[in-house]
Amino acid sequence: MSTQMLTYLFVGLSFALYVGIAIWSRASSTKDFYVAGGGVHPLVNGMATAADWMSAASFISMAGIISFIGRDGSVYLLGWTGGYVLLALLLAPYLRKFGRFTVPDFIGERYYSQTARIVAVICLIFVSFTYVAGQMRGVGIVFSRFLEVEVSTGVIIGMAVVFMYSVLGGMKGITYTQVAQYCVLIFAYMVPAIFISIMITDNPIPQLGFGSEVNDGSGLSVLQKLDGVLLDLGFSAYTEGSKSTIDVFAITAALMFGTAGLPHVLVRFFTVPKVSDARLSAGYALAFIAILYTTAPAVASFARLNLVDTVHNTAYADAPEWFGNWESTGLIAWQDKNNDGIMQYGAGAALSPIKPSFDGNTGVHGERLLSNQPTESTNEVYIDRDIMVLANPEIAGLPGWVIALVAAGGVAAALSTAAGLLLVISSAISHDLLKKTLLPKITEKQELLYARMAAAVAVCIAGLFGIYPPAFVAQVVAFAFGLAAASLFPALLLGIFSKRANKEGAIAGMLVGLVFTFTYIAYFKFVAPELNNTEHWLWGISPEGIGTIGMLLNFAIAISVSRVTAKPPQSVEELVDNIRIPSGAKAATEH
Amino acid sequence: MNSDEHTKQASDVSQIDNQKNYWKANLKLLAKLLVVWFTVSFGCGIILADWLDQFSVFGFKLGFWFAQQGAIYVFVALIFVYARQMKLLDRQFGVGDENDADQESQS
Repeated sequence: MSTQMLTYLFVGLSFALYVGIAIWSRASSTKDFYVAGGGVHPLVNGMATAADWMSAASFISMAGIISFIGRDGSVYLLGWTGGYVLLALLLAPYLRKFGRFTVPDFIGERYYSQTARIVAVICLIFVSFTYVAGQMRGVGIVFSRFLEVEVSTGVIIGMAVVFMYSVLGGMKGITYTQVAQYCVLIFAYMVPAIFISIMITDNPIPQLGFGSEVNDGSGLSVLQKLDGVLLDLGFSAYTEGSKSTIDVFAITAALMFGTAGLPHVLVRFFTVPKVSDARLSAGYALAFIAILYTTAPAVASFARLNLVDTVHNTAYADAPEWFGNWESTGLIAWQDKNNDGIMQYGAGAALSPIKPSFDGNTGVHGERLLSNQPTESTNEVYIDRDIMVLANPEIAGLPGWVIALVAAGGVAAALSTAAGLLLVISSAISHDLLKKTLLPKITEKQELLYARMAAAVAVCIAGLFGIYPPAFVAQVVAFAFGLAAASLFPALLLGIFSKRANKEGAIAGMLVGLVFTFTYIAYFKFVAPELNNTEHWLWGISPEGIGTIGMLLNFAIAISVSRVTAKPPQSVEELVDNIRIPSGAKAATEH
Repeated sequence: MNSDEHTKQASDVSQIDNQKNYWKANLKLLAKLLVVWFTVSFGCGIILADWLDQFSVFGFKLGFWFAQQGAIYVFVALIFVYARQMKLLDRQFGVGDENDADQESQS
């Protein structure tokens, strides 16, 4: 069977599974829809959280980014796992004890203010929509390459599947499909990783192969060889960083605190029965996540080594089949600057502008010709970093079914995260905006209907983002974390750990954090991108890391404004006392 | 539930003390675990990483290993340690949620 047939089969089967689960686990109450009935086993929730969390960015892009920036890629590995420690220790158990449906619910009640609730809804929608747009693009990339359909067709199919299980099943449907999606995506990630680890180092465990000797008889370890190869080509060494320590520090912190403040992750911990389950569940979630996150840097180094080996100094005519396959997606390109028919790979941008645009003709060697201008650099090969995970099995010459599996895994990762995000958007609208603010008189049945309608609308908007990606989307996804860190995290943390924090402080803090971070990012990314360098940054902190400063600002303002304004009422102090004690969580779920 | 309520009122003051002490013990545990969290990630993985790179473990420079592998393993362990220690604290101060499932079926 051809690889393409296998891919259709794998992706089709996985879709059938998700839809089957959706029909089996339909939601019949708002509690089912928002928190899956509140009775999810901690292990199941851990697995669902892992799928919820690991998006197209983790599955497709992360190893690729690390592959190209080497040591500096540690910020993602540390940031996107370390945040779970904060989440587990500082937020999840207490929010579970609070026992309502959404994150703005907590902020609204704790700060006894509808304004605070609405500000939280705004932060949530802002963070979640930037994030969901990236997922739909991920689905599009996978479909266009592996199934050779138009990106828009791919997005529409993906939307239809997400629609089925999130609109019908709500959190309940999402939880059980995410469990299935975790299994698909982790299997799809590990199989090629293990194969490649064996090929390069003879060690079947990628995490260990990462530190082992390369089996080419040179006696060098993977990282030593990679450092050497890259230095020869004019790159900097893989194990040396190029970012300043303060910037690495700030980016890591922004990603960590942002992770802890992401509503679609937090809300997953509302679904377990007890406070102690929430703590344990966070542990399981991180363990499931760590399987992929400790493999990713290994995959990154293997892939880079493999890529250089396969591409550099190879005649285009002898290039493996995958090179041509991926050329048509625009993720890889070659421009024969010295007319020798051989691909020279090295440091520096190969093309100007950076992204290739094919002019529709093929050259003498069969390559696609570009309308880009050649650059001064001797580098002739453009490689998009998203290619590293998706093309990795082909680069390593693995069989067709592994390639098909990676396609199914990529789609699973993107869809599971998209569904989780769509759910928090729809529940923020139906529960916080309608039921709790605008239309308090609606019945539970009506609220459920509104929740489904909001989910449907959100799916459609997300799909539009996928089909017509606004130019800024890809750049903005990473900033969702900075915004979450600067707006939601401090309000949640102070709400639990400080009895003195009041509504004036929380609202002022959230607004200042959000506006400051957003302005800084927008200024350097859209208003004056030419100034986006160390010299012009505040204390050498890049827009990626500025969320950390936004967060500190939020804390400082929230605490000082709370000091000079009225204490929160007695009932709020009692609420805080109550959420600090684990017992009685069941009773609290009923309003 | 009724007899429970009665004893609760009688020992209201000591109950509040108990909750305060529970919270203090909780904060103390958090502080310890967060020190470890900070040390392995921001400490060994970032601030001290260049210095640690002179040592080598499992074929890695040590600072690099912490940043791309080691810290993640420690994070996982930290959460499980936290879940376990909190369960012990819950039991010690009698604020645990073991019996919550029973309450549900009674109500």
